[in-house]
Amino acid sequence: MIYPRVIGVFKVIQLSVNGQIQRVEPGVDLARLLEKLELSGKRVAVEMNGEIVPRSRYAGTRLTEGDALEIVVAVGGG
Amino acid sequence: MNAPTRLAEQLADPLRIAGRAYRSRLLIGTGKYRDFDETRRAVEASGAEIVTVAIRRTNIGQNTDEPSLLEALPPSRYTILPNTAGCYSAEDAVRTLRLARELLDGHDLVKLEVLGDPDTLYPNVIETLKAAETLVRDGFKVMVYTSDDPIVARQLENIGCVAIMPLASLIGSGMGILNPWNLELIIGNAKVPVVVDAGVGTASDAAVAMELGCDAVLMNTAVAKAQNPLLMAQAMKKAVEAGREAFLAGRMPKKLYSASPSSPAAGLIPPKVA
Repeated sequence: MIYPRVIGVFKVIQLSVNGQIQRVEPGVDLARLLEKLELSGKRVAVEMNGEIVPRSRYAGTRLTEGDALEIVVAVGGG
Repeated sequence: MNAPTRLAEQLADPLRIAGRAYRSRLLIGTGKYRDFDETRRAVEASGAEIVTVAIRRTNIGQNTDEPSLLEALPPSRYTILPNTAGCYSAEDAVRTLRLARELLDGHDLVKLEVLGDPDTLYPNVIETLKAAETLVRDGFKVMVYTSDDPIVARQLENIGCVAIMPLASLIGSGMGILNPWNLELIIGNAKVPVVVDAGVGTASDAAVAMELGCDAVLMNTAVAKAQNPLLMAQAMKKAVEAGREAFLAGRMPKKLYSASPSSPAAGLIPPKVA
């Protein structure tokens, strides 16, 4: 069991986003994370712990310690 | 019906994939261009209506105001065909296309490719068959990249793929059509469109593919890595159209080892008698 870390006086949780560590406050939802990453309103798709999260559920999808997210876009390709 | 009407109908001759009609029989990949502006202009010059894209992790915290590919090529104007380039297992390919469907608001026409190794990028047909089964069951309309093996092509069609896309030669090689005989076997058997995908190097390759009876051609590097991509895009458009018209027109039979004069033999001015 991983407990929320304490940095200074703030509790934070640690996530993996596209293989990079991101720290957010506990209780933050996916919509808020995307805002923080400046991806709000951008055409992206999100997978959380192996499951796709539909756009309509970004708000209200709570993030918890150790969640692994993949955020993808369309790029040039054959 | 008079002759001009028939001709007009033949020229209309749409490509039908998964119940939708397209005017252009050229499908264009969007990789390897200098920038999105060049991509957009090359796609415009090619006349393509279907463009392939890859699905990749977004950069976190870098260039967040950078333009996106789908702003240059809006899904309202183009049919976006997400691919599974870089996937080496059925599982990865299926995962990628489920993300693509979410990304594109439920759009379910996709290009499946499962590769065998990074040196040849040759399709792994065993994994491709597995992925195709899962995707078709999951409601995807699957256009599938495969080898030029007619038996595998038939199995993919039986699974329910909406287009069979055999390679002409290795991806990005520009080596042209290595086995026209196998392509003819695939075309002869198929009841869904056959799209030559990969290996086209220049306009004549595209024309030959269409003359063989392919329903369309998909290419990327041949345009993107030409010295002048926009001019090559235009050349490819013409080559695909010319090849299609030549196929519909039906070529003359080949006459081996004997000529046939085009001018009448009668009425020839007799040779001067000395």
